[in-house]
Amino acid sequence: MVWKKILRPYLCTVCLFVGLVVDAGAKAVAPKDARAVIVRAILATDNGRKRELITSLAGQGDEAIRELFIAWRQDGLFIYTRDEGEKIPVELTGDRDADGTQSALRVDDGKILKDFAGNPLRLDATQLVAVEHDAALRRAMKAVVDLLDLGSPDLSKRLRAIQTIGFAQKSESLPVLEARQEIETDENAKVALRLSLALIQLADRDDSVKIKALSDLAVLHSSASYDLIKATRAKAVLAAKPAVVTAATKALAAIDQHKSVVNFFGTLFRGLSAGSILLVVSLGLAITFGLMGVINMAHGEMITVGAYATYITQNVFEDGMHFTLPFIKVAVHLPGLHLTGWAHQLYFIAAIPIGFLSAALVGILLERSVIRFLYRRPLESLLATFGVSLILQQLFKLTFGSNNVNVDSPVYLSSNWTLYDITFDWSRIFVIGFAGVIVLGVWLALTKTSLGLLIRCVMQNRLMASCMGVRTERVNMLTFGLGSGLAGLAGVFVTQLGTVGPSMGQDYIVDSFMTVVVGGIGSIFGTVVSALGIGLADQSLQQILLNPVLGKILVLLAIILFLQWRPTGLFAARSRNLD
Amino acid sequence: MSLPVNPRSYFPSRHLEFTVIGVFLVLLTIVFPFLNAHGIISDYTITLWGKYLCYALLAISVDILWGYTGLLSLGQALFFSLGGYMLGMYLMLQIGMLGSYAKAGQNPAGLPDFMVFLGHTYLPAFWRPFQSFGFSIAMVFVIPGFLAFLFGFLAFRSRIKGVYFAILTQALTYGAALMFFRNDFTMGGNNGFTDFKFILGHSLVDNVTGPETMRGLFVASSVTLFLVCLFCHWLNGTKFGMVRQAIRDGENRVLFSGYATANFKLFVFVVAAFIAAVGGALFVPQAGIINPDQMTPDKSIEAVVWVAVGGRGTLVGPIIGAIAINALRSWATRAYPDSWLIILGLIFLIVVLFLPGGIVSLPEKFNAWRNRSRKPSEPVVART
Repeated sequence: MVWKKILRPYLCTVCLFVGLVVDAGAKAVAPKDARAVIVRAILATDNGRKRELITSLAGQGDEAIRELFIAWRQDGLFIYTRDEGEKIPVELTGDRDADGTQSALRVDDGKILKDFAGNPLRLDATQLVAVEHDAALRRAMKAVVDLLDLGSPDLSKRLRAIQTIGFAQKSESLPVLEARQEIETDENAKVALRLSLALIQLADRDDSVKIKALSDLAVLHSSASYDLIKATRAKAVLAAKPAVVTAATKALAAIDQHKSVVNFFGTLFRGLSAGSILLVVSLGLAITFGLMGVINMAHGEMITVGAYATYITQNVFEDGMHFTLPFIKVAVHLPGLHLTGWAHQLYFIAAIPIGFLSAALVGILLERSVIRFLYRRPLESLLATFGVSLILQQLFKLTFGSNNVNVDSPVYLSSNWTLYDITFDWSRIFVIGFAGVIVLGVWLALTKTSLGLLIRCVMQNRLMASCMGVRTERVNMLTFGLGSGLAGLAGVFVTQLGTVGPSMGQDYIVDSFMTVVVGGIGSIFGTVVSALGIGLADQSLQQILLNPVLGKILVLLAIILFLQWRPTGLFAARSRNLD
Repeated sequence: MSLPVNPRSYFPSRHLEFTVIGVFLVLLTIVFPFLNAHGIISDYTITLWGKYLCYALLAISVDILWGYTGLLSLGQALFFSLGGYMLGMYLMLQIGMLGSYAKAGQNPAGLPDFMVFLGHTYLPAFWRPFQSFGFSIAMVFVIPGFLAFLFGFLAFRSRIKGVYFAILTQALTYGAALMFFRNDFTMGGNNGFTDFKFILGHSLVDNVTGPETMRGLFVASSVTLFLVCLFCHWLNGTKFGMVRQAIRDGENRVLFSGYATANFKLFVFVVAAFIAAVGGALFVPQAGIINPDQMTPDKSIEAVVWVAVGGRGTLVGPIIGAIAINALRSWATRAYPDSWLIILGLIFLIVVLFLPGGIVSLPEKFNAWRNRSRKPSEPVVART
C-alpha cells in the first residue's frame, strides 16, 4: 500500500490539526486547566490518548506545563493512591530526609499534598508508582514545551517564539500558529504571526500555497524574510516554475522598496538628530567665536563642565558624592537626597539649569581673567584659550579621575519608538526639540531684549558702543557667559549620547569650529543651517559608504572645498572692510 | 580684525642673530658627539637633544609662516608626521625578517608586523618603492610638499586667511589623523610604526653600534637645522623676504601694489611644509616611533606655542622655544607628572598675556624696566 505510506504524514498532520482545532475551540483554557489536562493525561490508560492530551496543550503559555513535563521526563512524577482508591498524581521535590521521604506537590493544583487532618504528607518515592513515559510521549512533551513561549503572557518572549518557529519553516508548527492567530490580541504579535505563517507556507510543496505566501510576504515586507525568499526564488528558477519566480521577484522588490523608504527616512531622522547635536554643541561657539571673535579653544571644556555638572547632580539626587579639589586639597562633600522613582528621574531636568549656570560661571571667570585682554588679538586668543583648555582638562582629571564617569539615562530618554520599522530614540527626538528651543531662545534673547541689542551693538563696533555709553566690559562678560552657558547646556545633553570624561570636549571642538565657519562667522542662522546640513551630509555618507570614519573625512574635505566657493561661509556678515 | 602685533627682532642686527645661532649649532654639532663618544654625555641625552633639534625644525616651519608671513597654520604637525611616516615606511621595510612574527616563523614574506597582524600576505604596491632609501627621502619632500601645494593653492586662491586659514588647516590635520588611525589605510593604524632596527645598514638598537648611529643622526639633525637657518637668513635678506613680511603687515596694500600675494604665500607654505617634513623624517629614527597622535591639531598648536614662547618673527626664537619647552617637558613629566599640563597651560597664558614677544624680548623688557626705575620722569613710549 504505497499510497498509505505517502499519505501517512499528511494524515497525521490532519488528525493533529483536527484535534487542535477541537481544542482551540475550547481555547479559553484557563492556566489552571492545563494542570487538569496533565492529570488526565497521567491517569489515562491508553498511550495514544495520553499523547493526544499532551499535544492538546500546545500553544498555551502556562509555565506549569514546562515544570511538570520536565519532572515527568525526569521521573519526578508519581501516582499516590489514597485509602479510598483515589489516585492522585504528585510531584516529589526537595531533599530526602532520614526516612527517605520527600515533600509532595499535587499535580492538579501545585499545592502541597495533605492528609485528611490537613497535615502535609511526606512520601517515599520507592513506595509509589512512577508515571511512565515512552519515546513518543517525550517527543510530544518536548514539542509542547518548545511551543510554550508562544502562549507566554510576556510579549517579547511571545514575539521571539513566533519568529523562531517561523524561521524554522516546519509545516507541523502551522496549526499551532493558526490557533494562536485566532486568540492573539497584540498587533505586533499578529504581524509576526502572519509573517511566520507565510514563511512556513513558503516551504510548502504546493506552488499555489507558495505564491500565496509570497504575496503575503510582499505585503509584510519584512527584511528578515529576504534571504529565505531569495533561496525560494533560486530553487524555483532551477525547477523552472515561472509563476513562483515572478511572485518571489515581486516580493523581493516590495521588500527592497520598503527598505529604501525606511533607510531614507531613518537617515533623514539620524541626520536631523546629528545636526541638532552639532547645533547644540556649536551654538555656544557661534556666540563666543562667531559674534565675539574669540577663537575659543576652551569651548570643548565648557561642554565638559556641563557634563560633569550633570554627573554631580545625578549623584546628589542619589547618595551624594565627595571629591577633593586638586592643589588646594579641599575636600568637598555633597550630601545625597536619596531620591527614588520619579523624583530621582527628575535629576536630568534639574541638571539643565545647573549645567548652564556652572558653565556660564566658568566662562565669566575665564573672560574676566584672560579673554578681556585679547579682544584685539584674535589669533593669540587661540593660544591662550588652548592653554586654558589644557589646564581645565588636567583639573577635571585630577578631580574626577581620568576614567569616564557614568551618567544614567532617565527613563523618559532611554526608550524608543518604532514607526514603520524606523526606530526613533527618545533621546534623539529630545535633542532635536531641545535644539529648536534653544535656537529660539537665543534668537529671542539677541533680538527682543535690551541686553541682546547691547550685545549686537558691542559686537559690531566695540569702540563706538563704548563712546555711546554702553558698558562694553559688562556686555563682553555677559556675552561670553551666555556662550559658555550654552556650551554647558550642550554638555548636559551629550551625557545622553556619548561618554563623559576629562577629555570629552576634544571630541566636539573641531566639529564645532567647522560648523561655525561654514555657517559664516557672526551669523546664528548660518550656524543653524550649516549644523543641519553637515549632520545630514554626514549621516547620508555613512549610510552610503557604511563607514563612519570615511564619511567624516569626506565631510571635512567637502567643507574645505565648500569654503573655496564661499570663503566666508554661508551667511557672512556683509562689510565693506577689507581687513 | 586688527593688525597683528608687530613682532621684530630684538637683536641689534639680523646678522648678529644668525652668527649667534650658527656658533651655537656648530658648537653643538662638534661638542655633543665628542663628549658622548667619551662617555661624558649619556646616549639618552644625545637622542633627547636630537629630538629637540627636530622639534626646532618644526618650530621654524611654524615661524616662517606665522612670524614672518602672518599665516597661522595649525597643520604643521601634519607635515612633520607625513615626513616621519615616509621615512618610517623605509625603516619598517628594513626590519625584514627580524620582526616578532618573522621570528616566530609566521611571516615568510618579511612584511611589517602590523600587516601580518591585519592578515596581509603580500606588500601593498605603494609600499614597494620604499625599500629604497633615496625614494623614501624623495617622498619626504614630495608628499608633504604636494599636499601643501594643493591645499595652499585652494586656500590662497580664494583668499582664505586669518582665522579661517587656521581653522581649515586644523580640519585638514584632523581629517588626516582620522585617516591614519584607520587600520585599512595600511599605515599602521593607531600604533603607527615602531620597533625599527636599521637605517642605511646601521643598527639603531645594537648596544655597540646603536649609539654611533644615534650620534650620526644627531649630527645630521643639527647640520640640517643649521642649513635651514642659513636658508631662512638668506631668504630674509632678499626682496622676496621683504615682500613676505609686507604681506604679514598689510596684505591688501601689497596686493594693491601689484604683487600676487597668493603665490608668495603658496611658496612659503610649501617651503614650510618641506622644513617640517625634514624635521619629522629626522625625528622618527631617533624617537623610534611615529603614530597618528603626532599629527593631531593639538600638536600643531603646541608647536605654535613653542614659537610664541621663544619669540615669533625671529630666527632664534623658535629654536629657543622648542628646546626650552621640550626640555621643561622632559623634566616636569617626571618630576610633576600630574601638573605638567597645567604648567604648560600656564606658560601659554603667561606668554600670551604678559610676554607677547617671547623669551627673546626679555632683555628688552628688562632694559625698559631698568630705565623706568632709573628715570621715572621720562614718559614710557608704548610699543606698537
